[in-house]
Amino acid sequence: MELVWYLILCFMLVMYIVLDGFDFGAGIIHLFIAKTEKEKKQVMRAIGPFWDGNEVWLVAFGGVLFAMFPTLYASAFSGFYLPLIMILWFFIIRALGIEFTHLINHELWIKPWQKGFGISSLLLALFFGVAFGNIIRGVNLGGVENGIAQFNNHYSFFTPLWDGSFSPFAEIPGVIDWFTITIGLVAVLTLTIHGAYWIILKTEGDFVKKLQAKILPLWIALFVLVLISLVAFITMKSFHRELFSLHPLMYILPFITFLSLLSMLLARNSKKSWLGFTSSTIFIISGIGSALASLFPIVIPSTNSIVKSLTIYNTAAENYSLNTGIKWWVIAFLLVIIYFTFVHRIYKGKLTEEHDHH
Amino acid sequence: MDDALLYGRLQFAFTITYHYLFPQLTMGLALIIVLYKGFYLKTNTLIYNESAKFWAKIFAINFGMGVVTGLPMEFQFGTNWAQFSERTGNIIGQTLGMEGMFSFFLESSFLGLFLFGEKILGKKLHFMTAFLIFIGSWASGYLIIATHSWMQNPVGHEILSNGKFVLKNFSELFGNPWLLPSFFHNQMASLVTTSFVVASVGAFYLLINKHNKFAQLFIKTGIITGIISTLFVAFPTGDLLAKQVALNQPVTLAAMEGLFHSEEGAPIVLIGQPNMKAQRLDNKIEVPNVLSFLTYERWDAEIKGLNDFPKEEWPTNIPGLYYSYHIMVGLGTIFIGIMTLGLWFLWKKKIEIQRWFLWVLLFAVPFPYIANTAGWYTSELGRQPYLVYGLFKTTDGISENVSSGNTLFTLLGFVGLYLLLGFIMLILVGKIIHKGPVLTEKNQ
Repeated sequence: MELVWYLILCFMLVMYIVLDGFDFGAGIIHLFIAKTEKEKKQVMRAIGPFWDGNEVWLVAFGGVLFAMFPTLYASAFSGFYLPLIMILWFFIIRALGIEFTHLINHELWIKPWQKGFGISSLLLALFFGVAFGNIIRGVNLGGVENGIAQFNNHYSFFTPLWDGSFSPFAEIPGVIDWFTITIGLVAVLTLTIHGAYWIILKTEGDFVKKLQAKILPLWIALFVLVLISLVAFITMKSFHRELFSLHPLMYILPFITFLSLLSMLLARNSKKSWLGFTSSTIFIISGIGSALASLFPIVIPSTNSIVKSLTIYNTAAENYSLNTGIKWWVIAFLLVIIYFTFVHRIYKGKLTEEHDHH
Repeated sequence: MDDALLYGRLQFAFTITYHYLFPQLTMGLALIIVLYKGFYLKTNTLIYNESAKFWAKIFAINFGMGVVTGLPMEFQFGTNWAQFSERTGNIIGQTLGMEGMFSFFLESSFLGLFLFGEKILGKKLHFMTAFLIFIGSWASGYLIIATHSWMQNPVGHEILSNGKFVLKNFSELFGNPWLLPSFFHNQMASLVTTSFVVASVGAFYLLINKHNKFAQLFIKTGIITGIISTLFVAFPTGDLLAKQVALNQPVTLAAMEGLFHSEEGAPIVLIGQPNMKAQRLDNKIEVPNVLSFLTYERWDAEIKGLNDFPKEEWPTNIPGLYYSYHIMVGLGTIFIGIMTLGLWFLWKKKIEIQRWFLWVLLFAVPFPYIANTAGWYTSELGRQPYLVYGLFKTTDGISENVSSGNTLFTLLGFVGLYLLLGFIMLILVGKIIHKGPVLTEKNQ
């Protein structure tokens, strides 16, 4: 049952990143690429009807994680205290940036909200990448110093924002080191391309051409960073090498990741506007899948040798909770599919100015 | 209390107090919007639709504020109360997880359609989206109160040797006798806030002599929902909830009432200040025997006072608890008076000439917010020193790895950000009210 819930949660997390990911990307494009009011409107039009529903995947993920893996929830949320609370602040600014911008039609009102929306999208993409980098790198579980755990609970850790060396191999690595920042930048670039492909899919006109032209430089930077982070990850303690030799089928995941990364580039000028978005979606899914699979069954690796890593088995709720939960989860999930189908059918196809809210 | 615990509690208290300013309006407004949309569907009278549209704008801003300030609530269980989350996640994770899966998806999927999709959807489907949002927001309240009820009156669980609370019986969690009185009490209280807001906007328009047709409708709506909700909030829901407190947390009841010594035929206190040193109420005005009657339906029943309970079980902030409770009950009583008077004027068709009464409605607006907040404080302070009543102390729930400096940093951040948001939100709501509902030619 733990495995089932682990897969469900991975699914929810990936849904969140794929769906809200294009909103982040749209925000970054809004900040750096969309220059005129018309272009900015086009960006907002592409995400307007969807972003709120997309964000719920994170909230639902958090709630279900709390229920099914309470120890993991307690560990990760308290351990990444500062970055998580800051993520909340950016979430607030970003959501209100989308909702409030149009309410007063004056430049002095609109400009700060637009910037707020763009900057918080950028920082959120970066922070989520950094957080993911932290999880795959591992943390100092138990707060071990000089061989002694400082915390009473084995799941407790506290990550400082940075360690002077900025190295992922430091004794007590910080939230920010060169590895996690690289993963953060990978996230920013991936989601920018992902967002661009969403806008290309959902809207039309000159701005679409402008976006298509930006994909090549973005992709080159992404490719370089992906290679750096991959090499770094393989040398880390948390990387579960035996898993790949035991189950050679697992090589499929990184293989798909590279194929989809390639097709993210090749699809940029394709007439089939869904191709690019599909590629970036598959890249996100298989990329995260490869990283999580290479840790399995560990969910938070320990960087010290005193306190054991957290796995799906030592953090899960009791069987009764896991078994009861699956019943309501399936019912709720079927309802969610109905809602999503309904909303996306109403807003299907290209969104034009008629679909603007204001 | 050490600093980390103090700041952790302050942060939760501040963020939840602020957060609940928004859902208490949106849950009630969702119902009123459904009513307006329903009348429109049935009678085809445009004013109902225009009114629904007007309130939907105010709903949207409050809902947005509710969503963004709600997210930190879910996060804080993990960030600041890790030990509590780890030990009780088996149980409260269920209800909180269900909230995400059942209500948030529902609300967020249909909110956009409801706010912007009237033309695309047509009349009936648009009514449906309003109805689904109402269901979603009330379901959210229900699941939160299910969580809250388990903390007040833990049922359906088992405690393992490692101190973890695990779920034994899912249906008992929802069959908790605390749950329904608490839920309906809260929903009615939310409707009280909404009724006053709707009526006061109506009163404002009448006073400045603008949008008169809408103003009359708003006042009528506010007073009718107001009289129903102010009565229901007291009886039976408030009464039933108080009986749950008397049954499961007798020491809390004694502290709420400021009853330091056990008494047969205990009085109800209207005014008085708890004097913790002398263990009595100063300057009190009381009505004899009423508390005994309200609690046990016998005038001479014995109510246990604080002296009959060990001191370590006493709520930690007795004056705070006592005042919260008395502010809630006192304001609730005044609300019934205002709404009864309003109903009388409405009946006699005199409401427009009673300008003083319009002023009363206008300035009554902050008070239901205060009463709702005080009600929640009564509940939360009454549960102290426990997180899970009788079983799990608040001091054991904090994240051991988050230092006081970090919590103070984020607390200050929240205070700053929320003050700014509140300011912005008031500007926006003020602008909507200033602009007023749109009169199209047809409904003049």
